[in-house]
Amino acid sequence: MIFGLDPLYDDFSAWGTTLILVVAKVLIVFALLMVAVMFMIWFERKQIAMMQNRMGPTVAGPKGLLQTLADGVKLFFKEDLVPENADRKVFKLAPYLALVPAFLTFTIIPLGGNFRDKAGNVKIAGHFTSLQVADPPIGLLFFLAMSGVAVYGVMLAGWASGSKYPLLGAVRASAQMVSYEAALGLAVAAVFLKSGSLSTHDIVAGQWGSGGWSIRDWNVLATGFVPFVIFLIAGTAELNRPPFDLVEAEQELVGGFHTEYSSIRFAMFFLAEFMNVITMSAIMVTLFFGGPSGFLFGPSWLKVILPTFWFMAKLFCFLFAFVWFRGTLPRLRYDQLMDLGWKVLIPLALFWFVMLGAMEVAADNGWNRVAIVPIAIGVLLAGSALLLGANRSARTARERDEVAV
Amino acid sequence: MAETIVFAVAALLILGGALGVILSRNPVHSALFLVQTLFGVAITFIDLDAHFLAAVQVIVYAGAIVILFLFVIMLLGVDQAENLDIEPIAGQRPIALIIAAATLAGLMSVVLSVGDKLTGADSVTGPLDAVIRVDALGASPESATDVRVLGSHLFTDYVFAFEITAVLLTIAVVGAVLLARRPSGPIESFSEDDAVEAVR
Repeated sequence: MIFGLDPLYDDFSAWGTTLILVVAKVLIVFALLMVAVMFMIWFERKQIAMMQNRMGPTVAGPKGLLQTLADGVKLFFKEDLVPENADRKVFKLAPYLALVPAFLTFTIIPLGGNFRDKAGNVKIAGHFTSLQVADPPIGLLFFLAMSGVAVYGVMLAGWASGSKYPLLGAVRASAQMVSYEAALGLAVAAVFLKSGSLSTHDIVAGQWGSGGWSIRDWNVLATGFVPFVIFLIAGTAELNRPPFDLVEAEQELVGGFHTEYSSIRFAMFFLAEFMNVITMSAIMVTLFFGGPSGFLFGPSWLKVILPTFWFMAKLFCFLFAFVWFRGTLPRLRYDQLMDLGWKVLIPLALFWFVMLGAMEVAADNGWNRVAIVPIAIGVLLAGSALLLGANRSARTARERDEVAV
Repeated sequence: MAETIVFAVAALLILGGALGVILSRNPVHSALFLVQTLFGVAITFIDLDAHFLAAVQVIVYAGAIVILFLFVIMLLGVDQAENLDIEPIAGQRPIALIIAAATLAGLMSVVLSVGDKLTGADSVTGPLDAVIRVDALGASPESATDVRVLGSHLFTDYVFAFEITAVLLTIAVVGAVLLARRPSGPIESFSEDDAVEAVR
């Protein structure tokens, strides 16, 4: 239990093979993530260039594919600078604090497997195992914990630089990330309510109906679309991606928290950011889009590969969406960001969660589920009227104070 | 065996972090050592199969509370090394020493007199009928994870305590907002020079 729920750990008699399998899984996923980051950076630069009517990287490799590799090598060999005012230890620690949670979160994602039998295990070298590095029983709480820890990387980087703009960026970042974590958690709670489990493995298994896969079983429809939208917005804010990239708003803060960073330490922040983009997309696929669920056909070997293929295809849609956001949406102002988080997303997520809970109770007790919806809408209207009234009176009070000055 | 090794590592983390908190001269470093201690405690929780408590430990303490500590330290600008030769309140140190020694003596006397009754089944005072309760809710004993057990207890046996805690927290938030609000009516003007002064 201490290691997680993977059937690999049920039998420790052949611990040698178990150990090799676990190490192999970790290495493969790590390598996969690194390569994915490399191509994600290339993809983002190419895609943004296309949207802005320019070429993007073209020189290194075919269509500039190897540009990231060249940049990486360059950053490795650049001089390693630490500013004079910096807190040296924390300055050096911060990039790792950004990088490690980014990778750890990816370990709980189920990358494949046919979940028709609700187990989704694959037989490798005589052992049944699920296609994910770790399956802790608290699964998604682990994801929330790691996104909480990720704040440290940004915050300490800004503070330890010992300079103005990074500190401003860091303060913005920590306030933003802590605020949006609440909306993120409430959106995830709706999924917990549907699946009845925190383990990512069980959440994916719950999205496969008894007769194979079906889009109707995916949580995006089962939870009524709203939690997904909230998760997408809050996730983008959590990643500090445009349109929520106030942390590194170039026009205001030079580069934000990483202004003073150069060479390989800067590269590590970059790596962490792109790893986080991939991880957040993967979490969304897992939570709302059935993970590796999809149409299975052909011979048995194809049925083993296809779930992973579907997972990758869905992942790619989200990766494109993040680039798309960056290419099309203007950055929010800071007060707009906070208003959206606290006054729209959190109340809405809370309301939706309670409504889904009421639906579940209605289903258990055999109440009329149709009656729930008008009552819920009534409560929503009353709640938003109260919230709007409170906002308005707060604003008039503030304006009166300012006029008095 | 695995439990013992994990416990040893976690204990080292906890003690090392605790020493770091009181020995570092920079408040930010102290806060970071505090995070290390909290992580150690989370690992101990996992060692005891209390996965939910471990996650909450990291989310609430490391992910929110220490972040707020750091926020306040950075915004108040007290993030420099302290001069430890000055004693802010006279007689503070001897008194602290006495209180610490008394606390240690009290704890040790309890541990030594009670012995192994502090851990295991003897340490439990509340009802541990978790498996039975979960059965009543229609789940099998195997799926009685700690999340399920905690949740069903919290929303059945302890629901009033839970609600009262929620009200208390809401009152605390409202109170904090009220205190932080500027008093209505004219306030003294705040010139550019004051701003420069404040930044210094």
